[in-house]
Amino acid sequence: MKRAIRALSLALASALAMWTPSAHAQDAVKIGVIEPLSGPVAASGNYVRMGAEIARDWINAKGGVLGRKIDLLIEDNKSDPKEAATAAEKLIVRDKVPVIMGAWGSSMTLAAMPKLEEYGVPMVVETSSAATITKRGNPWIFRISPPSEMEALGLEKYLKDFGIKQADFLAVNTDWGRGSVGAFGDLLKRSGASVGAVEYMDQAATDMNAQITKVKAGSADTLFLTTSVEQITLVLKQAQEQRLTRKVITTGGSSSPSQLIKQAGAAAEGSYHILFFLPWFPEAMPDGKLAKAFVDEWAKRGHPFEGLTEGFRGHDGVLTAVEGIRIAGKAEPKAVQAALWNVNVMGLNGPIKFEKDGPAGKESGQSKPSIFIVQVKDGKIALPAFAAKK
Amino acid sequence: MDQLLQHLLNGLLLGATYSLLGIGLTLVFGLMNVVNFAHGEFYTLGAYAAFAALTLSSVNFFLAIPVAIVVGALAGAICERCLLRPMRGQSIDTVMLVMIAVWIAMQNAELLGWGGVAKSVPTPFSTQPLVLGAVSVAPLRVFVFVISGLLILGAHLLLARTKLGRAMRATFQDHETAALMGVSIERIHTITFAFGAGLAAAAGALLGPVFLLYPSMGDLASLKAFSVVILGGLGNFAGAALGGLVLGVAEELGAGYVSSGYRDAVGFLMIVAVLLLRPSGLFARAERVG
Repeated sequence: MKRAIRALSLALASALAMWTPSAHAQDAVKIGVIEPLSGPVAASGNYVRMGAEIARDWINAKGGVLGRKIDLLIEDNKSDPKEAATAAEKLIVRDKVPVIMGAWGSSMTLAAMPKLEEYGVPMVVETSSAATITKRGNPWIFRISPPSEMEALGLEKYLKDFGIKQADFLAVNTDWGRGSVGAFGDLLKRSGASVGAVEYMDQAATDMNAQITKVKAGSADTLFLTTSVEQITLVLKQAQEQRLTRKVITTGGSSSPSQLIKQAGAAAEGSYHILFFLPWFPEAMPDGKLAKAFVDEWAKRGHPFEGLTEGFRGHDGVLTAVEGIRIAGKAEPKAVQAALWNVNVMGLNGPIKFEKDGPAGKESGQSKPSIFIVQVKDGKIALPAFAAKK
Repeated sequence: MDQLLQHLLNGLLLGATYSLLGIGLTLVFGLMNVVNFAHGEFYTLGAYAAFAALTLSSVNFFLAIPVAIVVGALAGAICERCLLRPMRGQSIDTVMLVMIAVWIAMQNAELLGWGGVAKSVPTPFSTQPLVLGAVSVAPLRVFVFVISGLLILGAHLLLARTKLGRAMRATFQDHETAALMGVSIERIHTITFAFGAGLAAAAGALLGPVFLLYPSMGDLASLKAFSVVILGGLGNFAGAALGGLVLGVAEELGAGYVSSGYRDAVGFLMIVAVLLLRPSGLFARAERVG
């Protein structure tokens, strides 16, 4: 019996040794991915992961990079900044990735940033909007998503059409939410409108009735809403319960309007959404063919359509990281960092090309993404009349 | 004035949900002396059970709630039978560690089974609010408020007025004497824990449709439940019910008139004050010592 157990455990051990993914992983070029796959903002993180996987498969189908396949090592930051820092360290120290894409939320990205600097590994930031990310003097950061300031500038040309006189703000109490309130508030003040109530909510909060009651007591005509799709759903539903009649504009591009229509129903009617990818009108995107192919592939994989406005980020992020590796000619962090400055590719959002941002000598890279506005009209997504004209 | 009325109404509705979360926990905590860290997971389980009943087998919405309670109570009974029974007589800390393990295991199982993307539960209630003068409220929330009240009352009556309730109280006051009187101790332990888990599941089934379903939804629920139990006093049913209402109204007024960014801080400041000034809870009656 004892001998049998020994033989069995020996067999098991050798089987395990053979199973270790070393053979595959050594020839593949590893790319680290940090996303919130669980926790309050999990939907968005999972959609970004799905987009990243499509980019991986497309790139591999075309022969990969440097003659090798690429492999994504995906870590869950659990919607928690502490976990984001741990995930970054694990990817760098244990998996020795030459480049990372992440980490969705601004607070999560900001928490991971010191690790990038400590070990010298570049990160392509695919979603985070807080201005501070590229202003802190971290030369390992390359952001393809627009900071809130850039988003506000994108909205500026439509301000007259919106006719905003006074706007309230309701934002998630994170670096993203607070940064967004500052950026859009400045824009309004510049253009002669005033800022009414400024309210915050915890990222995990589910009952926003207090904030809505407070907003309702004011006399503003517009409500800027900055948070994840889960909370936007709840706010819209609770606003309907309290008969709040405001023009709602969501910022940050994470509102997944199709999901809102599904889950908030009539409460989503009339709301405006700032987005960076329009899966309803792929042909209107800067590279219509690429956008169409992505939307089709997404459907073929059975992913939910409402995830596309978030999923494109994963595609563009991985595309950017791989382009950096290709230009560098080797999968080493320092070389990839230098090469990212020369990236010039067409993503789903539009051209990706980095410009310097932040304190001199330690600049981060910031690309200039395209910004779009849509409206929920009769339970469908439409381009607002004024945006269609321009 | 209109604003204050709406805030008070919001606070009461929110508070009723907190009460409902608190009673199951205070029962298990107060009677069994088990710190049930998995309370929020039974809440999540109840929410997903109702969701599954509604969407997979198209059960009526009002039937989905009892289904969820049964699923939650069964899971609680299994948990007690397999994990807590072997731990009987161990220190409260050891049992606490076991419950933390249950919490993590259940939450990850939910993540594995349902995925991380939030789900919304369809209800037969109109989304148009009921308007009462200056204030308005969703019909669904009124329904949840009423059912919460009935559940709290029912649980209280079961514990105070029935033979089973007396056996439960007797078991946890002095289990040897209770056993001598013919009470089946093991069975009472299982029933009590299942009862607490069932109440948590009921809360999940009721609140799931009000909010959204996602695997980590139990964390916030646990946090609020513990707050309510501390406010109301351990094992104090009326205390948990009132504690929930007080916490809900305090958070609401804090967010409305102080700062919404510090909404949760208002609740926790109150708990710190209660712990300093009335450590056995806001509504503790004088206890006989010795």
